[in-house]
Amino acid sequence: MKKILIIGATSAIAQEVAKIYAQKKHELILWGRNAEMLNIISQDLKVRGSSALTIINHDLNDLTAHASKVDEIWSTHSKIDIVLLAHGVLGDPRKAEVNQQEMLHLLNSNFISHASLLTFISQKMVKQGYGTIAVISSVAGDRGKQSNYVYGSAKAGMTTFTDGLRNRLFSTGVHVVNLKLGPVDTPMTKDHKKTPLFGKAPSVGRGIVNAIEARKNTVYLPFFWRFIMMIIKSIPESIFKRLRL
Amino acid sequence: MNEFPSWGLYPKAQEQVFKNISSRFSKLPTSGLACLPRGLGRSYGDSCLNDHGLLIGTSYLNHFIDFDQNTGKIICESGVSFDEILKVVLPTGWFLPVTPGTKYVTVGGAIANDVHGKNHHRAGNFGHHVLKFELLKSSGERLICSRESNSDLFFATIGGLGLTGFITWAEFKLTKIQSSWIHQQQIQFNSLADFFSLSQESERDFEFTVSWVDCVNSKDIRGIFIRGNFGEIEKDRYRLHKEPGMKRVPFFLPKITLNSLSVRAFNELYYRKNLSSNKKNSIHYDPFFYPLDSIHHWNKIYGRRGFLQYQFVIPYKDDQGAALYEIFDILKKSQMGSFLAVLKTFGSIPSEGMLSFPKEGVTLALDFPNHGEKLLKVLSKCDEIVKSVQGAVYPAKDARMSKESFAAFYPRLSEFEKHIDPKFSSSFWRRVR
Ligand SMILES: Cc1cc2nc3c(=O)[nH]c(=O)nc-3n(C[C@H](O)[C@H](O)[C@H](O)COP(=O)(O)OP(=O)(O)OC[C@H]3O[C@@H](n4cnc5c(N)ncnc54)[C@H](O)[C@@H]3O)c2cc1C
Repeated sequence: MKKILIIGATSAIAQEVAKIYAQKKHELILWGRNAEMLNIISQDLKVRGSSALTIINHDLNDLTAHASKVDEIWSTHSKIDIVLLAHGVLGDPRKAEVNQQEMLHLLNSNFISHASLLTFISQKMVKQGYGTIAVISSVAGDRGKQSNYVYGSAKAGMTTFTDGLRNRLFSTGVHVVNLKLGPVDTPMTKDHKKTPLFGKAPSVGRGIVNAIEARKNTVYLPFFWRFIMMIIKSIPESIFKRLRL
Repeated sequence: MNEFPSWGLYPKAQEQVFKNISSRFSKLPTSGLACLPRGLGRSYGDSCLNDHGLLIGTSYLNHFIDFDQNTGKIICESGVSFDEILKVVLPTGWFLPVTPGTKYVTVGGAIANDVHGKNHHRAGNFGHHVLKFELLKSSGERLICSRESNSDLFFATIGGLGLTGFITWAEFKLTKIQSSWIHQQQIQFNSLADFFSLSQESERDFEFTVSWVDCVNSKDIRGIFIRGNFGEIEKDRYRLHKEPGMKRVPFFLPKITLNSLSVRAFNELYYRKNLSSNKKNSIHYDPFFYPLDSIHHWNKIYGRRGFLQYQFVIPYKDDQGAALYEIFDILKKSQMGSFLAVLKTFGSIPSEGMLSFPKEGVTLALDFPNHGEKLLKVLSKCDEIVKSVQGAVYPAKDARMSKESFAAFYPRLSEFEKHIDPKFSSSFWRRVR
């Protein structure tokens, strides 16, 4: 039986991951800020088989609480096998281009809060000497483009941070997985026109669990985004800057 | 391109707005338009369509609330599918009390159509196993409905075609099983009389009965009678069904593939393949109940113009099936062809829903490629016969019955109408009222 901490537990993708672990009878610690949804989800996971459930209801953007919350988790549960960071917001990209508040909100919710949490979590993981940290990043971080570069740059930061952390923790036995997701059909993208490229939450959830199990470094989900991004990254900037992507 | 078609892809819906409800505690999304709850869209005709209206999606209502492994009572949100329920309950030795021929239906959809399965003679409809549910009205009011409280609304909502309000969650009872495996027998029959006597004999000893019939080729009605019970098999005792693989119909097939000649050939082939007159074997529940689920979007084989299902029930005990013969005759003469003709007897358990379809008698379900006007005429003729013997046609599979026929098939209509939510409607409803 494993202990799994899911941060941003109400996200549709996190829920799919949690269902798989619940079915395997693992213990789950769910951290999020929507108390009502956390209750709905924890009832669901109990029915699906989770052996124990803890809810932590606290806003993840409240950075000042990170140290004490992380302390609290490790003192109650002593060891955690897997930590999944799944929170994030798409925000309003147009607004973020001109509005400082929105821009900072996107950076905080998609990078700063993760970096802050990982600073504390990595210390606990190093101390226990094993475990996996998995971070949900995005293909949007692979190259800046006009349609969502604020969100994208936060994810780019996330990717670099995650890669560096993996490098630093390698010798300690702690593994770090970077999950680069393409757009997925979830409440987060409900206002977006769905193309065939949209992933489905259940299969992306399975992909995440597999990547964690196989101790992958970086995975693209769905897999074809690896090839799409390879092409997009190879377009010369002199051409790219003229494109409307 | 319509993103929310019905399973038969006919008729095509016009300008539907779609909004998901975000949790079972949320208010209903509004838009000023008439609304209709939407499950997985496995209804064939227009009862899950809402032209110029709002569809309220239930895909985020996919959570379980409670499951008692000792009593088999389960509570879940209305958007949970039968597929998901099986994944959760089967490993503990429980099964759905009643299931239609696909597991990709939601609990809300199963209640709203009061669906039936191969065990109607033993278990009745899905609604018979529902203990209670919460109904969210457009006024914002939330009502717990059961046989004891708000019972009128309970019986209006079971089989109520999504018109009485929005079901947020439901509690129902599962059935205990000994294993995932069904001991099955297949028996060939060559007349309707044989079918009736096989049915009668089988209903005593078998939980599940159904027949595949050929109504194109033969003089009398011939087919394969299939009956079975869950068995006690130790090996792989509670094996779950697999996730669907890559088998799918990727695009619409051209019209030519389904002409009446190919239907004839298919029926002949299928019949001969299963001819060995008495076959016994053990079969996993997935191919037994859900033979078509392994091919995703098989509905597209009929091409863009879509297809129509026609399912009716008629009494047979008084006339020894004379009315059924008449209908078979019309179909044979019409040369409309039908790939899948499924024949089954419904038992005597009375339906509880005011608009529930099942009643004691024999039911036939047929698929037709959309031949347009010609087909509509033939089916109207069949309606007349169904009407003349106090039968009914199934709204979940209908795209064309007339106002008059609908009223004749469902005598409790005016009682039902009192319970319709004023902000709810559907394409089907506007067509038949
Ligand atoms: C291959 C196949 C085999 C089938 N076999 C059978 C069979 O053997 N027996 C049988 O009875 N049927 C059968 N059906 C029909 C199917 O069981 C019904 O149409 C079922 O209701 C579909 O459920 P759904 O979730 O797809 O609902 P939808 O088709 O999306 O909706 C059906 C109705 O339910 C209402 N509804 C959905 N959710 C809610 C809610 N939360 N609150 C209130 N109303 C709601 C909708 O408004 C609509 O009126 C079969 C269908 C297929 C495709």
